[in-house]
This record gives sequence, structure tokens and C-alpha cells, in this order.
Amino acid sequence: MAHLLSLVLNDRSRVDAVPDNLLLLDYLRQVVGVTGTKTGCDGGECGACTVLINDRPVLSCLTLAASAHGRRVDTVESLGRDGRLSAVQRGFHEKLGSQCGYCTPGFIMASVGLLRRTARPTDAEIVEALGSNICRCTGYVKIIEALHHAAKLVAEGVSP
Amino acid sequence: MKGNGAVHTIGTYLPMIDGPEKVSGRAKYTADILRPDLLAGRIYRSPYSHGEILAVDATEALRLPGVKAVVTGADCDRTFGVLPIARSEHPLARDRVRYRGEPVAAVAAVDDATARRALGLIKMTVRELPAYYDAAAALAPGAISLHDMKPGNLEREVFFELGAVEEGFGAADLVREGTYNCAEVCQNQMEMHAALADYDAVRDRMTVHASTQVPYYVHLMLARILDMDMSRIRVIKPHVGGGFGCRTETLNVELIAALLARKVGGAVRMVVNREETFITHRGRPETDIRLKIGVRKDGRITAVECECVQRGGAHSGYGVVTILYAGSMLYAIYDLHNVRYIGRRALTNTPPCGAFRGHGTVDIRFAFESLLDQLAVELNIDPFALRRANFLHAPTFTDNDLMVNSYGLPACIDWVEQASDWRTRKGRLPKGKGLGMACSHYISGASKPVNWTGEPHATVKIKLDFDGSLVVLSGAADIGQGSSTILAQTVAEVLGLDLSRIRVVTGDSEVVPKDNGSYSSRVTFMVGNAAIDASQNLKRLLIAAAARKLEARPEDVECLGEFYRAGAQDQGATFDEVVAEALRESGTITVTGNYSTIPESHGGKKYRGAAIGGTMGYSYSAQVVEVTVDEETGLIRVDKVWVAHDCGKALNRLTVEGQVQGSVWMGMGQAMSEETAYHDGLLVTANMLDYRVPTIEDSPPIEVGIVESNDPHGPFGAKEAGEGSLAAFLPALTNAIADAIGIRFDNLPVTPDRVFEAMEKRRRVLDPRLRAASKLHAGE
Repeated sequence: MAHLLSLVLNDRSRVDAVPDNLLLLDYLRQVVGVTGTKTGCDGGECGACTVLINDRPVLSCLTLAASAHGRRVDTVESLGRDGRLSAVQRGFHEKLGSQCGYCTPGFIMASVGLLRRTARPTDAEIVEALGSNICRCTGYVKIIEALHHAAKLVAEGVSP
Repeated sequence: MKGNGAVHTIGTYLPMIDGPEKVSGRAKYTADILRPDLLAGRIYRSPYSHGEILAVDATEALRLPGVKAVVTGADCDRTFGVLPIARSEHPLARDRVRYRGEPVAAVAAVDDATARRALGLIKMTVRELPAYYDAAAALAPGAISLHDMKPGNLEREVFFELGAVEEGFGAADLVREGTYNCAEVCQNQMEMHAALADYDAVRDRMTVHASTQVPYYVHLMLARILDMDMSRIRVIKPHVGGGFGCRTETLNVELIAALLARKVGGAVRMVVNREETFITHRGRPETDIRLKIGVRKDGRITAVECECVQRGGAHSGYGVVTILYAGSMLYAIYDLHNVRYIGRRALTNTPPCGAFRGHGTVDIRFAFESLLDQLAVELNIDPFALRRANFLHAPTFTDNDLMVNSYGLPACIDWVEQASDWRTRKGRLPKGKGLGMACSHYISGASKPVNWTGEPHATVKIKLDFDGSLVVLSGAADIGQGSSTILAQTVAEVLGLDLSRIRVVTGDSEVVPKDNGSYSSRVTFMVGNAAIDASQNLKRLLIAAAARKLEARPEDVECLGEFYRAGAQDQGATFDEVVAEALRESGTITVTGNYSTIPESHGGKKYRGAAIGGTMGYSYSAQVVEVTVDEETGLIRVDKVWVAHDCGKALNRLTVEGQVQGSVWMGMGQAMSEETAYHDGLLVTANMLDYRVPTIEDSPPIEVGIVESNDPHGPFGAKEAGEGSLAAFLPALTNAIADAIGIRFDNLPVTPDRVFEAMEKRRRVLDPRLRAASKLHAGE
């Protein structure tokens, strides 16, 4: 069965007919065609598909698209203003929190979720917020630096 | 932006030039290419570990509506493999299956759900054969050979003895022997394997997008497997989500996608899942090592004997090279003489191994540095002193003819000793805490490529046109290590220009010059040198043009990046004016730069395969690891790592740090939690929960010291930075654990249950009622 899904995706209202069993991840990538959100595993292991629903990070590979009905979904494509990188994006870029880049959209969305809740997170809060995301390149050292840098930029008025 | 002085970025902290794409979601990986015309490809895999194929029946699958094509072994009788001497693998098994999960057939269908359903309709019948899941069983007398060409399942036996080994042991004050086991590990890069093959039936042309480190090798193997002329093939490497050696050879995924695409006369998207990515494997083999080292009282090593057995998996892959590296790279870190090496590589009924980061060197280094630590304890000398007693003196050649021109190991050791405050803290930490140290090294590119064609090792082109932008064309595969950034920096540096003028184009065989690929840490060294050569050739043309414009002699013209002048009083000419003058003569300018290694770096001929290990420059690394062991639970926490890496010259300090941290951390995964496990040949760890990769919660701060030994041949003095620091972590960790709790772990990974078990065993042994030895080895 398919139903109409109505949501606000990256600040735009959309209505799509989607099968009831369609995953949010597949909806984003295959129905809408926003491919920033990545598939990294066979379900719930890696965090590469993290997006925000009403500012809360969720794994889109374990979430039915239908459950986003009437809600706000933000992917990595939603970040930045006027074509400029957001604070978290700048943090990951400038501090090399991203190497191959594949896990990056998931880490960035989990980080945005954190910074929208907690303006100046401690190391412990960062570790807790990113504990479900796997990166195979960085060893996480520069990801933690990226978050602190991003928090500083937010304090200076850059959007998270 | 455009001042009147030359711009320099070499040696600075510079974010990667493709970072904005990666952080914005705009970077396209192979699986991100989605078009309505694409068919979904899926692979049917063998449920048997070893068997003679009697039939593969796809009749029912083909009847399923939506299925467009099925390919089986019958569609391709050709073999592939990275080494010309060992091409043992069919893209789809023929006659025999040799591991559980080996591709047998593949389906192209209108959508993924249909393709999956079709897999369930394929029937395979086999006559099962005995299967061997470890090297000993495969090498045992009477075992059935997996491959007729490799009787007794011995992929390769390596033997060399250089110097007088027995005399060396005779001259030692202390001889110790250890046995070590390192579990098989996988790269587990974040992007799952993917290929998009697009066949143009009208023109008989094949275009393949692949998640690869080696587009050129993929090109070669596509031509071979498809029996197509290479000129009809185009290989594109989009953004790649990591590799770590997993993708340094052509994988069956891209070949199968191409076979399907040709059969349907269209485009097939093949994205395998995480489980299949694990099964495709190409990781580090399970390795058993017996190592004997003799030392004098002053710590000088007098002789080494090493026996190494690798469980290679069902196909050759890089196997011959891996077992050779394990022997040759005993050298080039310390001043060794009197060395005997016996290496055996077995073929087994498990997925094929490959060239994991630190190829061939890591497990041997673990054994070597562990035994050195044990010897230091018994000799009652400091482990730093023991290393210092065995330094090389560059420039030199090792006994196996490896050329060492720059040697920053002494400086690396000094740095970690000071940074970790070793002298004041070692032996004075609270109960359960320990410090360990170890060293490692790696090559900056294999001096002889596996496909020897006589061409230069690397070629880079630069195009300069009316707009004043420089387009750098290179086949170097950026897989996240930052090679495109290094290329841009290199060209900008030689010409003194701002990076904003440089664009780097890579990854499309239709446009860029051939490159051997991103493996053995060759790119910065070889492609970097080729880029310097190209830039200098361009600079010569620009200086000649400036000389014409300024009516001066070329030798009097000074290049200041955006500005050229003939002497300090000269009014000079802007870069744009010089470019206009240069183009007036020739139109659009394209220059070429090449690089070739020198014959002295090609290794020796003292034993068969002695060329393996030869490189233009070795990187060096030293590490100190601090651990806390919870003696109640066996849980180990790495509190801190200090690592110093000699990369010759850090072209980009930010990416060097990132590479070194990533290497150390990947070594930590292997040392502490990562291992594959099979049940009757079935890979039971084929996900990221059972194959336990460290999370941010498990990961320590890693402080990096950059040591610059300025290699005489390196680009701006640089050597490799992306692999050499992996190996030292493993022994530094176990040495630290030995320091903390007095138990030495010779088997990896050191998981909490193994630590707990070892401590329980010691409690029992130390029980006064049982009276036993005081020296303990886990697993004994």
C-alpha cells in the first residue's frame, strides 16, 4: 500500500506517494534524489545515514518514510546559508574532520543535532552524541576538534 | 589574493581542496549516480566453501518478469588477478567454488527487489570437496589442491638467508624466541563496493564507474575479462569512500557489473551490501609467526630468524607480494645482519586476502617489536636504548639491497620519548597503568610497479589556456587521503601561484594520463615528483615568454607567481600578460611531467622476489602508548598515544596529521577488537557490530610529532605519511599492557575476554597451592 507523505524537507514542503514500507533513507535518495545522506551498512551499524527529524538525529535506514509525515526533515543539503558553509560544515572542512567524506554527512547531522541542543559541548557530550557514528579514516581526533571549532563559530553567529 | 610575491602553501595546515563538496553532500560516490534507466545488479554467491560445480540453473530466474539478464561462469572463461604471474580468479566461478560467498551468477533486473527475488530462483548443484579454513589444514599432506597450478595449496614459499645466521646467534648474549598470531582483519572502508557499468551497444564501448583505488588496473582487467580492446573502455573513479588497500586490485564487483551491462546492452548499477563488502575481503591475512632474535648485552642485534605463515584465502590476489614484504621489510628499519626468513603463503577456503594498509609489514613488525621489548626487559636496558643500539646510518644499502637515503627514526624516537615524558613516568605509574613503545616503517611506493611497461612511473599534465587557470590532469586516485590537494599545492608552489588558479582533474581515463593508482603510498612521492617536473616545464615556457615580453634574457627573469620581472628595477609583467605572450606562440599550452624511480631503488637479486621492498624512500614512525587495564574486567583503555612520523617533509601538515592519526587508530582496531571469524567457512562477522571497529568512545587522543628528514629524492623532500604509523601501535600497545599487568599478549586482538582469561589464569598459577613459573605469556 502507498500513502501520501507530506513533510517539510530541507525547508521545502513536499507531498509524495510512498509505499508504507519505504525507508526514509531510500525515500531521500531514490524518490527525492538528495544523495548527500549515505548508506554505509545493512542497517543501524554505522550512522552514515543520520538525518534530523524535528532537530532530533535519527538513523534514516531504520526509520520509515511514513513516520516523517507532518514533520520537518533536514539532511546535510539543508545546511549553510547563501551558498556558504555552516559552522559544522566549516568545522569538518577546516579541521579535517572529513577525509574520504563518506561518513561525513552522518557525522555532520549528528553534530548539528548536538549543537542545536548544546551550544558549547564538552568532549564527553561530543563523544556521547557521536557514539553511534563510525568513521574509518580520522581516528575521531580531528572530528572532536571540528566540533569545538564549530561551536566557536556558532558563538560568533554562524548558523550550525 | 593576488599580491606581488610568490605564494607558498607547502608545509602549512591546509584543508583539502575537495572538502567543501564532502561536507555539503555534493560529492558524488558511485552509488550516488542514480538514473531512471539503470538496472539493478545483484550477485548470487556460493553457499558452499569448496565444491565442484555440476550445474548452475538460472532458467526460473530468467522467467521472472523484470529480470533482464543473468550471467554465470559460462559467460566468461577468462581469469583476472593483480599479479601477472597469478591470475587465478574468474569473475564468476567456473568448475569450482572455493569459498563461501564466491560469486557464481549475477542478475540484472528492473529494480533491486526483483533482482533479489531472482537470486532465490537460481539453483546450483555441486559435488562438495573437503574445505580448509586454516593454513595448517590446507598445507597438510594429502590436502586437495584448491588450484591445480598450486599443488599442496602453497601459493608461495620464500626463503632467504643473508649473512651467517648461526654464527650470529653464537655471538649473542641472549637469544629469545616467540610465537605470535595475528587474526585476519578487514579494511571495512565506509563506502560499500559499487560499480556502474554502461555499455553502448551501438559503438561497442564500455564505461565503468568504480569505487576503486586503481582505475588503470580496473581498465586492464575489464579489457581482459570482456575481451575488448582497451581503447573501447573508459573507467571513471568518482569520489571514493576509503580504501586502505581493499581496492588496490580489480574486484569482482566491477567485472560482473560490466559482464551484465554488455549482456543487456545497457547500464547496470551494482552496489553490494556491507556483508558482501566484507566477503569480497582483500584484507590482512591471518598470520602465524615464529621469531628468534639474538642480542648482545649492549642491545646490539646479532641474528634474526623468522618464519611466517599467512592464510591467503581462496585466490592468489597480492599473496606472493604480501609474503615477500613480510620478509624483506624485516630490514630497512634497524641495522640487521645475519637474517634467515622462511615465508609460506597458503591457499584456503576463505575469502581472498589483499593488500591492507601497511601491506605485509604489520604483523611481522608486531612480532619483532614485541620480542625486542621482552629482550630489553631481560637485559634490563631501556627499550629506547635497545633501538638506539641498532640504528642504521643513512645513506646506506641493507643486506637485501634496499636503499635507505633518509632516516628519521632517531628523531622520531627522541620526540616520543620527550613528549610522553617517558623518563620520568615509566615504571612510576599507578597500578594497572602502563607505558609501551615501538617503531615501524613503510615504503613510499613500490619502486617496480606490478605491471611493468617501461613507461615512467607517473605522468602529470598541466593545461594553461586563455583564462589563466591551470588545469592539472592526473590519474592519481584521491580516495580521501588528499592526493588531489597535494597535486594542487605542488603545482602552485613551483609556480608561486595562489591555489585559486589551480584546478585538479582526476579519475577519468578519457581525460587524464594513466596512473598506476593509489597503493603502497606511492602517490605523493611519484605523482608529486611528476607534478614538480610538469610545473617546472611550464615555468620554463612562462619565463621564456616573459623574457620576450620584457626584452630580457630568460636567465634574468624572476618568477614571483603573479608577477614576472627582469631585475628589481624592471617594471615587469603580470601573470596574465605573460600567459597571453606565451599563448601567442603556441595556442593552448599543455605540458607533461614524468617521474621514474632510479635503478638503485629496485631492490636486489639475492633471492627470488628480492625486488619487493625496494622503494625510493622509507618513512619511519615511533610510538608511545599509555594504557589502563581494569584488572577486574579485563577492559583496556588507551589513555593516550604519542606518535612521531618521519615523512621527509610535511607538504601539508594538516593532512599528514590526519593520515598519521588514522593509521595509528586503524592499528588500534587490529590490536584491540577487530578480527574476522568463520563458521564452516561462513563469515559470521560480516557487519560492523560483530566486526568491532573502535567508536569515538573507545578512541584516545593521538598527539602527532612530524619529523622531517628531507629525503634527497622526495618531492620537496617528502616521503609517505599514510601507512607507516599503523604497525607500531600494535606492539606499543601490548608492550604497554605488559608494563601495566606483567602479562605479554602475543596473539591479536587483545580483547577484554582474552585479558580477563589471562589474568584468571595467572591468579590460578600464582595460587601458592599450585606453585608455578613467574614468567607468563598469554595463551601458553
